[in-house]
Amino acid sequence: MPGWALLGLFIGPAFAIYAVFSVYPLLSTIVLSAYDTDASGQHAFIGLQNFVTLLTDESWSGPFWNALANNAVFFAIHMAVQNPIGILLAGLLSLPSLTGRHAYRTLIFLPTMLSVVIVGFIWQLILSPLWGVSEGLLGAIGLGDWFAPWLGQEETALLTISLISVWQFIGIPMILIYAALLNIPEDLSDAAQVDGIGHLRIFWHVKLPLVMPTVALVSILTYVGNFNAFDIIYAVKGAIAGPNFSTDIMGTFFYRTFFGFQLQQGSPTMGAAVATVMFGVILVGVMIYLFALQRRVQRHAF
Amino acid sequence: MQNRLTTISVHTVLLVYTAIALLPMLLIVSNAFKSRRAIFADPLALPGPDTFSLKGFSKVLAVSDFGLYFVNSLTVTLVTLALVLLFAAMAAWALSEYRFRGRLVLGVLFAVGIMVPIRLGTVSILELMVALDLTNTLTALILVYTAQGLPLAIFILAEFIAQIPKDLKDAARCDGVGEVHIFFSIVVPLIRPAIATVAIFVMVPIWNDLWFPLILSPGEGTQTITLGVQQFVGQYVTDWNAVLAALTLAIVPVLALYLVLSRQLVRGLTAGAVK
Repeated sequence: MPGWALLGLFIGPAFAIYAVFSVYPLLSTIVLSAYDTDASGQHAFIGLQNFVTLLTDESWSGPFWNALANNAVFFAIHMAVQNPIGILLAGLLSLPSLTGRHAYRTLIFLPTMLSVVIVGFIWQLILSPLWGVSEGLLGAIGLGDWFAPWLGQEETALLTISLISVWQFIGIPMILIYAALLNIPEDLSDAAQVDGIGHLRIFWHVKLPLVMPTVALVSILTYVGNFNAFDIIYAVKGAIAGPNFSTDIMGTFFYRTFFGFQLQQGSPTMGAAVATVMFGVILVGVMIYLFALQRRVQRHAF
Repeated sequence: MQNRLTTISVHTVLLVYTAIALLPMLLIVSNAFKSRRAIFADPLALPGPDTFSLKGFSKVLAVSDFGLYFVNSLTVTLVTLALVLLFAAMAAWALSEYRFRGRLVLGVLFAVGIMVPIRLGTVSILELMVALDLTNTLTALILVYTAQGLPLAIFILAEFIAQIPKDLKDAARCDGVGEVHIFFSIVVPLIRPAIATVAIFVMVPIWNDLWFPLILSPGEGTQTITLGVQQFVGQYVTDWNAVLAALTLAIVPVLALYLVLSRQLVRGLTAGAVK
């Protein structure tokens, strides 16, 4: 066993920064959620009262459940649209003897590299009724009447923002599933081909089941990213997440609770309670994932 | 015959999706170089001799400090990157090479950080930065981003370090070479490809982040490019030339860097998924 001095030298810097600026704040936030802030900014221990307030006090529970439900919709749209398209693109890219594979892959992944804020603004301009680009394009294919200010309407704003986010991040499922498809031994599909089975059926019955672990990985990455999202809503709709809070998700709800908005004053302790709930939500998802795929994950242990 | 038909339909689907991915960006960038009248009259046209205008860019550069935002983002990203790579490589080496008490606990502790977003600790991070008098400094961002980047970097680098042949290290040890020396002169050169991959994973989220700049250093002088653009667009929302130019200034450097590094990036992503 090496000396502790040597270990300290190697692990010390990483451990210190990680402990002070990540582990401590997370634990401290959970502790803080059990306190109340009075007018002078002093904290007083109140146990689980913040959570009771959050779930039962009418002025809190309405916005809270609204944000959580919107967030669930936000995630559901990602899963329903992003995974099928990602699988389709990855399947096409992995076809043998496809020319231009590298170019397609590179270009389709491009939006993923941009800042969420920039992507939000790009689509805000494109969907703006003032500019009329979308309306013009729809008109060109005879769907002009179909256009509406989707980002401004209560019924369509959340769906529209979710699809913008899907547009940006489609590259991640595509690339990860593509990599998993390339990893499947060729003997398998060769054997199927010899048996006279077509590409499509090979993909559906042989390859797709084999890449399901990657689809699960993509899903949990999406889950964590979605329940922690903030930038896209803030860029397109501001902290108020309008119209009428129809695009409010946990990230924006947390931000408003912590910093305050309009007439409501910000509260660090209530903010900590919201963050703790988010932590719980994310933990549940991660636990389901780890439990379902425990064997795979064990190979990753140090 | 059927094969050709299949090939054509495969390319059609891929081309259509490529267009969906690219056209929105091209639309913004091409309209940034047009006069206000042309932006509205014919948004889909490329800038021509009659419609070309740099008015938006001169406005952006005149009323906002884009150069400074850019330097701030670059500083934060590069300093964080250097810290994460050095500290993560050292920790990954110790965690995968030495057997010591507490090794598993440390490994699990770092692994948790891959999945749990650091944003959830924001309330306490802000309190901490206020106590340390670091609000509105780039240092605050660098510290938080370093803590954010370390877990995944350690994880990826440890996998690579575990593949280094034992003989190499043992030979050096027989010659009496010290452990620190072994790390820097044998291990680091061998994991260079992995370091490049980790670099991209670490850089992209930092460069693009809005949350921590907004909360920890929103002051004049410490804004990053993402925050700067966000505030600029909010303020000049009716000045289409300026907004399009600001977005273009934010898009183009990232795209240029991406096209240079795309091979490396895709290789990194696919290698990461293989395991």
